[in-house]
Amino acid sequence: MSALRPDLAIIADHVAPGSRVLDVGCGDGELMDVLRAKGCDARGIEIDPANVSLAVGRGLSVVQGDADTDLVNYPDNAFDYAILSQTLQTARAPDRVLAELMRIGRRAFVSFPNFAYWRVRLSLAWGGRMPVTPALPVSWYATQNIHQLTIDDFRAFVRERGITVERAWFLTGSSRRPAAAANLRAEHAVFLLRR
Amino acid sequence: MTDDSRFGLARSVTLAGPLRLDGGAKLAPVEIAYETYGSLDADGGNAILICHALTGDQHVASTHPITGKPGWWTRMVGAGKPIDPARHFIICANVLGSCLGSSGPGTIDPATGTPYAMRFPVITIRDMVRAQAMLLDHLGVGTLAAAVGGSMGGMQVLQWAATFPDRVRSAVVIASTARHSAQNIAFHEVGRQAIMADPKWAGGDYYAAGDPPAAGLAVARMAAHITYLSEAGLTEKFGRRLQARPNNANGAKSFGFDADFQIESYLRHQGISFVDRFDANSYLYITRAMDYFDLAEEHGGLLATAFGAAKATRFCLVSFDTDWLYPTAESRAIVHALNAAGAPVSFVELSSPFGHDAFLLDVPELNRVVDGFLRAGEGR
Repeated sequence: MSALRPDLAIIADHVAPGSRVLDVGCGDGELMDVLRAKGCDARGIEIDPANVSLAVGRGLSVVQGDADTDLVNYPDNAFDYAILSQTLQTARAPDRVLAELMRIGRRAFVSFPNFAYWRVRLSLAWGGRMPVTPALPVSWYATQNIHQLTIDDFRAFVRERGITVERAWFLTGSSRRPAAAANLRAEHAVFLLRR
Repeated sequence: MTDDSRFGLARSVTLAGPLRLDGGAKLAPVEIAYETYGSLDADGGNAILICHALTGDQHVASTHPITGKPGWWTRMVGAGKPIDPARHFIICANVLGSCLGSSGPGTIDPATGTPYAMRFPVITIRDMVRAQAMLLDHLGVGTLAAAVGGSMGGMQVLQWAATFPDRVRSAVVIASTARHSAQNIAFHEVGRQAIMADPKWAGGDYYAAGDPPAAGLAVARMAAHITYLSEAGLTEKFGRRLQARPNNANGAKSFGFDADFQIESYLRHQGISFVDRFDANSYLYITRAMDYFDLAEEHGGLLATAFGAAKATRFCLVSFDTDWLYPTAESRAIVHALNAAGAPVSFVELSSPFGHDAFLLDVPELNRVVDGFLRAGEGR
């Protein structure tokens, strides 16, 4: 098996064994596979049918659905963790998706690319072009990232909503960056949240 | 076990019963025609029940005795297929009310010595499932590794999970629904009225004369067959193309009412070939059972409650994007209910041009999904 994406590796390391997990935007189920091996009861939602078929084909409980519309159907506190990896910025209503995530899961992992990363800033400020970086590899016209955000945006957002940040990890590639300069120096971030 | 006469192709059993039916009647004895493939493991853990659709039968992977055609689901069942006799003990039984050997309107009523005809009690999907449970008891199968079915077969699988949650570890529900919609009932009523409007139906007592209401049943089948296909599929296969004639390979309009269009000819063929293998009264009874099906209704109107006891059952639902008979929204409603009940569920809408019939046709993705789902359950 290939190495997990850095944010997924952090999430996989910090989900307690045996817990109930919902992976929203689970792709072909690579994180769920690792969590299952840790004895977790992992469920997934994925919008792309080809990915769902791959995940179900490897025996995972994955439902084809849309984070924007289908999370309402899950009961409160149904999971120990709800996971939203690299999906928040693709939601039509990220605020509502996050609210649903916090309702369904006792805790939530959220990871996203940081639009204030210095390379992104350079591309915009000096190049005058929408950035194409390892974390944001797709051109403006094709990207699914319709709600770009920065680490500081997210910090302010959870503060306003009274959500507690239990832990946060800031990365460029797979290398850690300190929290203090994260908004400038980190390419992407992982937050562990609770109500 | 190989010399046990309970197992193998073309089996049948007469169970004393009585089977208490949802409609209040008791059925005794209960005849069940079935087939088994493969052999039951010592621990009995490899049994898979396959539930057939409205006009299906027990010949899931064996030659049909009337048509001589291969089994109706050889794409899913057989050597190297997701459901494989080398790995699984496979059971497929003709449903109650049908006409391939299980108790139905064509069966002799022991009270009169003549066929039940319309004196056969009206049955439900749950009655079919209870009869299947009696068969499993007879076969010595306690818990099913999986129940698998498409269309009405999927309804039975859902009913299995709701009625006997402890006896089903995995449930595969393909192109199905948890309730019949007004549109579903409407199409069935057209079919039933076509049968009953045929003078040869004779109130259902046509068996003695040996002259069944073939015209009515053929029309019923033609109307139903349209609902199994997609508009795009029909257009691709037939379009407005005309039927070839002896003197004109490209066909010509007759300015009459022959089957000018290829689609007319195709539907007429579907209707005519159907009457050779199916009983008109069975068609009435089984469509009735499907129309009465509303799994939520049995559970206070809340579908999630139906699966409240099925927490140990894994579910896999598949719909097809061109199926307008049981569209994806119906599968999604079931998925939502299962999520609310906390049951492990997988769901995918597959793309196929074949409409509702896709579950019977060559859709490799379907096999991959079912295979992966079943194997994951066996790995536990």
